Amino acid sequence: MMPQTQQAATGAEPYITPDGRKIGGVLMDLRNITLRFGGVTAIKDISFDIREGEIRAIIGPNGAGKSSMMNVMSGFYVPQEGEVWFRGERRPQMRPYKVARLGLARTFQNIALFDGMSVLDNIMTGRLTMVKSSLLEQALWWGRAEAEENRHREQVEKIIDFLEIQNIRKTPVGRLPYGLKKRVELARALAAEPKLLMLDEPMAGMNVEEKEDMSRFILDVNDEFGTTIALIEHDMGVVMDLSDRVVVMDYGRKIGDGTPDEVRNNQEVIDAYLGVAHD
Amino acid sequence: MLYREAGDFKTSYRDDSQTFPLKLDRLGYYAALAVAFLVVPFVITDYWANSVLVPFLIYAIAALGLNILTGYAGQVSLGSGGFMAVGAYAAYKLATAFPEISILIHVLLAGGITAMVGVLFGLPSLRIKGFYLAVATLAAQFFLVWLFNKVPWFYNHSASGQITVPERSFLGWIITGPQTSASAKYLVCLCFAVLLAWVARNLTRGTMGRTWMAIRDMDIAAEIIGVNPLTAKMTAFAVSSFFIGVAGALLFTVYLGAAEASETFGINKSFLVLFMVIIGGLGSIFGSFAGAAFLVLLPVFLKNVLVGSLGWPTDLAAHLELMIVGALIVFFLIVEPHGLAQLWRVTKEKLRLWPFPH
Amino acid sequence: MDQLLYASEVVVNGLMTGVMYALVALGFVLIYKASGVFNYAQGVLALFAALTLIGIQQGQVPFAHLISAVTGMHLDSFGWTVPSLLAILLTALVMVGLAILIEALVLKHLVGQEPIILFMATIGLAYFLEGLGDLMWGASVKSLDVGLPQGLSETVETMTDSLFGYGFFIDRLDIWATVIAAVLVASLVAFSQYTKQGRAMRAVADDHQAALSVGISLRFIWVMVWSIAGFVALVAGIMWGTKSGVQFSLSLIALKALPVLMLGGFTSIPGAIVGGLIIGVGEKLFEFYIGPMVGGATENWFAYVLALLFLVFRPQGLFGERIIERV
Repeated sequence: MMPQTQQAATGAEPYITPDGRKIGGVLMDLRNITLRFGGVTAIKDISFDIREGEIRAIIGPNGAGKSSMMNVMSGFYVPQEGEVWFRGERRPQMRPYKVARLGLARTFQNIALFDGMSVLDNIMTGRLTMVKSSLLEQALWWGRAEAEENRHREQVEKIIDFLEIQNIRKTPVGRLPYGLKKRVELARALAAEPKLLMLDEPMAGMNVEEKEDMSRFILDVNDEFGTTIALIEHDMGVVMDLSDRVVVMDYGRKIGDGTPDEVRNNQEVIDAYLGVAHD
Repeated sequence: MLYREAGDFKTSYRDDSQTFPLKLDRLGYYAALAVAFLVVPFVITDYWANSVLVPFLIYAIAALGLNILTGYAGQVSLGSGGFMAVGAYAAYKLATAFPEISILIHVLLAGGITAMVGVLFGLPSLRIKGFYLAVATLAAQFFLVWLFNKVPWFYNHSASGQITVPERSFLGWIITGPQTSASAKYLVCLCFAVLLAWVARNLTRGTMGRTWMAIRDMDIAAEIIGVNPLTAKMTAFAVSSFFIGVAGALLFTVYLGAAEASETFGINKSFLVLFMVIIGGLGSIFGSFAGAAFLVLLPVFLKNVLVGSLGWPTDLAAHLELMIVGALIVFFLIVEPHGLAQLWRVTKEKLRLWPFPH
Repeated sequence: MDQLLYASEVVVNGLMTGVMYALVALGFVLIYKASGVFNYAQGVLALFAALTLIGIQQGQVPFAHLISAVTGMHLDSFGWTVPSLLAILLTALVMVGLAILIEALVLKHLVGQEPIILFMATIGLAYFLEGLGDLMWGASVKSLDVGLPQGLSETVETMTDSLFGYGFFIDRLDIWATVIAAVLVASLVAFSQYTKQGRAMRAVADDHQAALSVGISLRFIWVMVWSIAGFVALVAGIMWGTKSGVQFSLSLIALKALPVLMLGGFTSIPGAIVGGLIIGVGEKLFEFYIGPMVGGATENWFAYVLALLFLVFRPQGLFGERIIERV
């Protein structure tokens, strides 16, 4: 079974969306990714790309391999086959922390905040990759250390304002309710000023108001900072409203790829979601 | 109300990230420092120096070190005794090999050597986690102590197998050896303790501290947001071992004057320092001091009460001490896993709301 | 040729020591499997059991020193002696009582805490029990004799002598220890496979929540497991105590069991046995070949360093399950 829409890997022309955002060339290109755990194939020969400035969604039923895909993108899993291209270069196999330094930041399906630290400190960890002062400077709080600390703090405060979490700045993260934790996690990812922001089910387990807030933040981030966003989401309504293009996965394969409208009318996608007896 | 927290506003991020954000806390801290430096040295007696203050300051340094590793970076170590031995033997070798250089420099260098040894034994932490790592650090403990006992070079082939500190002075004051005055011992240890506490505070309030805590709280997530686990863990081991090495060097040079690896730096030392950190509070600088004070004072107190006042035999008091320390550890872990430091914070919070807690 | 014979004697003795290590390690594995607690106090439990056994056997008055310090009365002994078998039975009861107390006073309050917190709590427990043991029965070195045969086994010596022309020196106690350990392991395995409680125990080991939801009492299982571990500690205490006297260093053998566990994996009974044997043989052989070159007493650290190096290459141990990391 061939994927329905095969995107050209490179050379896509920049264009302007109806609401006035600029979509550029290909930022990340995933080519023929296959990932296996022992005998289980989690991802089977999937290719798609993410273009600069767009909001790209990955959807699919439970166990379709969406989170595994995101783990491949963030370098946490190493696929057995296939290539990951980022900003026009093939990304060699590297440790996740190096991938992060290329300009990728993400949030996690099961919130992965540092529970022992305050909200502020958690967000500050997003900027760890940019710190230049040496251990000795930090030990003596001297030289670059202090200036750097204050500069990063300033940037982080901007994000705190943006996400409207000023009042919980010094609260230990462990005490926060679920919805706010998700927001802090987004703040931490934003603090890294990523080229590609990956959100793994940013709205899972939220009520309608929280979902609306989160959707607004996602759109604002994309709009104001021009950040490219890849997101995994279950809520079809949200996905169709937010994203520019959608990849649909089922049982580790790609069964659809295109604009929300194209995907919505794709017979295979409808089958996967409504359930059709497999022969 | 003289002491208040409200109304102390900050207008810059610099002010906000200082160690004591509250003016009154800051004043209290300076007052304590002034008493420690200007009053105590003149009134200190041999008894107070040798059984309370000097061991307190030295163990506080060791506890700070272990707290950086365990409390901040989340890597449990049972090898503190072994690392203290490295500090002591390094200081001894340096002091006997280069007598013209000040022993205070040797103490710092001993810390540096311990840091290197610490990194070596910390390398497995990249692969091994949790209590597997705790057990792995026992290898450092037993191997190092064995090494210092079995290789005569380390104790300069002395017949007793012991190391004995040579007499050294600083600015005309004798600071090591049997002739050292109580105030000299105290002041040397106080300077190191204050300096290192300040360093620990600087490291933990900034980038390094956040890196360590990220690794502690969720190492996989930390790596995905860009923390290099190798450097994070190795700096934690290095800094921690530096502190513990300095503590070991001071214990030997200033406090005891003589040492023998398996006697002075056995596995019980490792546990003692670990207990100080647990009772004081994991991930707290204040807690390291509180825990050290508690576990230095407890035996002194028990001895005074049981042996001094009640006239019990010393071995009985020692057994009871073991039981009390053990029970306290369990008690603290059940009631307040964050130790004395958290108890202090909670008390403050309750007082703030008092008398209307709801 | 002689060298080889010496070495094989060393190997055989190492195997025997390994059995002893495995015996202690077994207690660890049981508790770890059922409650996720890494019980550092296992060695002290063995010490405590051995002390109690001697105390009961010789009719010692518990807390004699304390009583004399507080009241001035000098009580040393009730003046009777208890037969070994009965004393063992009574000690086993004491260990069950201890398990109930530990569950009620410590474990119950630490449910759901991080494993490392539980680990540190058991270190506290170890200190407490050590102090308690000393306070109850006195801290002097005692010898333990429950009637197990000891000394050179002539059968083995004559047999090996006729075979190789060199008589192996093997302690009869070691042979007995091996037999008893084998019986103990077999019965434990049978217990966990074929009885209702055993199945409940394995269910708890798998998933606390799920076990609770099908009506298994977590607390009962924990008490049971700690009782069994206490019994295993008693057996280990008897063996080690008979071999080298009952004193504080007995609790240090528990530390030796830690590298055994690291080799074997915390959850595997065969792992504990194989790990024990590897460490026992390894440290004896290392001491035999390398020890003389570096000043001896390498047994102090060899096990730990071996386990450390091994874990660097295989973090899950010999038989542990492969760790898959997830986010």
